[in-house]
Amino acid sequence: MKQFILAALGGLLLPLTAFSQQQVEVVKFDFVESLLKNNSDTTYVINFWATWCKPCVKEIPAFELLHSKYQDKNLKVILISLDFKRELEKRLIPFVKEKNMKSKIVLLDAPDYNSWIDKVDKSWGGAIPATLILNNKKNARQFYEKEFTFEELETHIKPLIH
Amino acid sequence: MKKIILILTVIATGITMNSFTPPSPGYSVGDKAADFKLKNVDGKMVSLADYKEAKGFIVIFTCNHCPFAQAYEQRIIDLHNKYASQGFPVLAVNPNDKNVEPDDSYENMISRAKEKNYPFPYLYDETQEQARAYGATRTPHVFVLGKKGTDFVVQYIGAIDDNTDDPSAVKTKYVENAVEELLTGKKVSNNFTKAIGCTIKWRKA
Repeated sequence: MKQFILAALGGLLLPLTAFSQQQVEVVKFDFVESLLKNNSDTTYVINFWATWCKPCVKEIPAFELLHSKYQDKNLKVILISLDFKRELEKRLIPFVKEKNMKSKIVLLDAPDYNSWIDKVDKSWGGAIPATLILNNKKNARQFYEKEFTFEELETHIKPLIH
Repeated sequence: MKKIILILTVIATGITMNSFTPPSPGYSVGDKAADFKLKNVDGKMVSLADYKEAKGFIVIFTCNHCPFAQAYEQRIIDLHNKYASQGFPVLAVNPNDKNVEPDDSYENMISRAKEKNYPFPYLYDETQEQARAYGATRTPHVFVLGKKGTDFVVQYIGAIDDNTDDPSAVKTKYVENAVEELLTGKKVSNNFTKAIGCTIKWRKA
């Protein structure tokens, strides 16, 4: 009986844990491209970062707060990690777990940087952190190669959400 | 009269302050590179003019702490070993402020250069004046200079190659191609590329 209860509990808990666990998908540039070309009235806050980039890590809480505060307002935060693919398991996933991150996180596996940096924004030199705020339906597109505070992010997205 | 002097002082201060505001757009391909004098890890000052035989330089803004710079350390050594004897030595320049990134202090540059046995000068751009003059924004960020008459002219700006993480998966070696073209008297065909890198750690005002 005890065993049965344990098994039943385990069966209940397992999918729950899997559900609450943040998944980190490995994507190619076409993922970013389809985001850039989307036609929805969603406001996307797309941040390029990496676990080894100190200024990026410093501003992560600002993006997480933006996600939790505005996810019901048609705003999506997407954190695009530029960590090397071989470090997915040993660095990125543990980092995401430890910080209990809730925004969508993907690892962009597209090593030929020169082929896509301009497609994100012509003004981008390639340094991170870099952030793109996008709402194609509202014809809004702002790109920043800089660090952000939560207040700054909020000022930029406020006119775009409803 | 006093008022006028005051106004003039205010204007003059404004102009001086403006001229110190980073970041400048920096060099474009075709611009003449000004000479500099920067301290090497051996304590000696290094200038372009010291290299009487140079046909050009591979100037690389890089640093100790950045994983993207570290990923290229061996390839930078290889570039120097291949091209210094052909007239294109590497000059590595660390532009990062040590207060923002202590790993990139002059002392840590000395240990890194020793550890890796750098065959090229590793120069300290303590005032960040050169990073600003060149328009470097990230590490690593390469500027290939070629000699024209008595001047050194910027011939290539960008990345070392097209795969930071995996040297064996590189398809295009941008810097090697640029230097090879310059060595055969050609114009650099692909003279500008971009890459992901660490931001230069500018001094906080």
